[in-house]
Amino acid sequence: MTRITKTSLPGVGVKHEFVTDDGRRVGVIHHRTGKRELFVCEVADPDAASLNLALTDDDSHALSDALGGSEIIQNLSQLQQQIEGLAIGWVNIEPDSSFEGKTIGETRTRTLTGVSIVAVIREDVAVPAPGPEFTLEHGDTLVVVGTAEGIDKVEDLLTGA
Amino acid sequence: MGHVALLLAELGAVVLGLGLMARLANRLAISPIPLFLLAGLALGEGGLIPIVTSEEFIEVGAEIGVIFLLLMLGLEYSAGELVAGMRSVAPAGLLDLALNFTPGVAAGLLLGWPVVAALFLGGVTYISSSGVIAKLLNDMGWTGNRETPVVLSLLVFEDLVMAVLLPILGVLALGGTLSGAILAIAIALTVVIAVIAFAYRQGDKIGELIFHTSDEVSLLTVLGLTLLVAGLAEGIGVSAAVGAFLVGISVAGPAVERAQALLSPLRDLFAAVFFVFFGLSTDPADIPGVLLVAVALGLVTAATKVVVGRWASRRNDIGSRGQIRAGLLLIPRGEFSIIIAGLGAGVAGGGELPALAAAYVLLMAVAGPVAVRIQQSRQERAVAVASPE
Repeated sequence: MTRITKTSLPGVGVKHEFVTDDGRRVGVIHHRTGKRELFVCEVADPDAASLNLALTDDDSHALSDALGGSEIIQNLSQLQQQIEGLAIGWVNIEPDSSFEGKTIGETRTRTLTGVSIVAVIREDVAVPAPGPEFTLEHGDTLVVVGTAEGIDKVEDLLTGA
Repeated sequence: MGHVALLLAELGAVVLGLGLMARLANRLAISPIPLFLLAGLALGEGGLIPIVTSEEFIEVGAEIGVIFLLLMLGLEYSAGELVAGMRSVAPAGLLDLALNFTPGVAAGLLLGWPVVAALFLGGVTYISSSGVIAKLLNDMGWTGNRETPVVLSLLVFEDLVMAVLLPILGVLALGGTLSGAILAIAIALTVVIAVIAFAYRQGDKIGELIFHTSDEVSLLTVLGLTLLVAGLAEGIGVSAAVGAFLVGISVAGPAVERAQALLSPLRDLFAAVFFVFFGLSTDPADIPGVLLVAVALGLVTAATKVVVGRWASRRNDIGSRGQIRAGLLLIPRGEFSIIIAGLGAGVAGGGELPALAAAYVLLMAVAGPVAVRIQQSRQERAVAVASPE
């Protein structure tokens, strides 16, 4: 894994940089103002940065997409590949959903679909490992683990199909 | 014209003039500080058009300008960065102090000034201008360079030294007995260190206390607090400027951006007034007499800054081209030299100080960026010659 060094630029912001396999120094400066600046060092003078590219939020996302996604997402997909047949899903409880007002035990999700509800996210707060007496409300997001087909079945259950 | 009418018209003309200077500075891609100084020189006693009626108001504005400049400087850094900067470049920072403070003091003494006035001149030649250098870094696209953190840390170290220097110089300027001065300095230093230590641990909390969802509330609170603390600081001998600096350092976390957004426009206005006022209270007729000294000092202290920059960056394994860049970057002097000169203006025997400082800063604020740009084009040409494509 390539090591990223973080250097504080007092009064300016923070610089994250690393050296490519090829030996070129590359980095991003996060200015206090929010501006992001991508730089690549020169070949002749490795201390000097050139190709200073100012990136907005949208630019940064576009570049990161073009490069192939973030480390976190890559690690997550590697996790799914390593354990064959495992899927993780995020399921929302809509206002008319059949799960609203019911406890997890009453929904009988595990029995009917084989999928486990490992966490409930309510208003940006995560409740890990909720018990069967936990009551679901609309606006909750369920984090579920199971087979891909099982997760599809959960979504069918929610809409009452 | 009635008194109020004349006051408003003069004030308006001055501020409008400052706006024109800033526009010109933008065009020429230089810092507006030299132009503000020149405007002040042109308008004051002995200048082209003497400003009389609004001088008192401008003087108060100038005091507030210093406070804003230091408040914003304090906001730029957190207590953590101050301490970290201190450690990482302490040897280079001390070399910087020794090599750049001394020429000023020596020059003052050679001119026959009393010791206190010479010390102020030392302060003027010591501190590089964070404002001009930050702008230069941006313009040259050097923010990502490896030598840049070294330069920035040196500037932080200088600011820390200044926080200690200003109270000392302030006490000395007031005169009085030796034991009285030592006591005052001891009190001042204790306060400065205590506040920085406190801010190191509790920075975020202070920001939360001051800032409110309403911009109006936040602005009035932070402004009132800063002026109050500055006044108190001045009273106990710490110097109003340092008081404002400490308030800025004490605010950390997300409150910093909020503060910067709210206060920057005010800072721009009052800082410009400060520079103009300095120029106003300096008699341009004094300048030719000190010009040679200013040039000589400029050459010496430019060389010493280059030495410091090269030494500091070499310690961080930076190549020779980076070392030269670091050295040249440190040359510009600006806002804080003027602040120190302003503080020392009333000192006995220091009559030539404002004129010398104005000439010196005018030279260095322009010479620094020019030297940097010349070096850059020389290097670019050298690279182009070495690798023809």
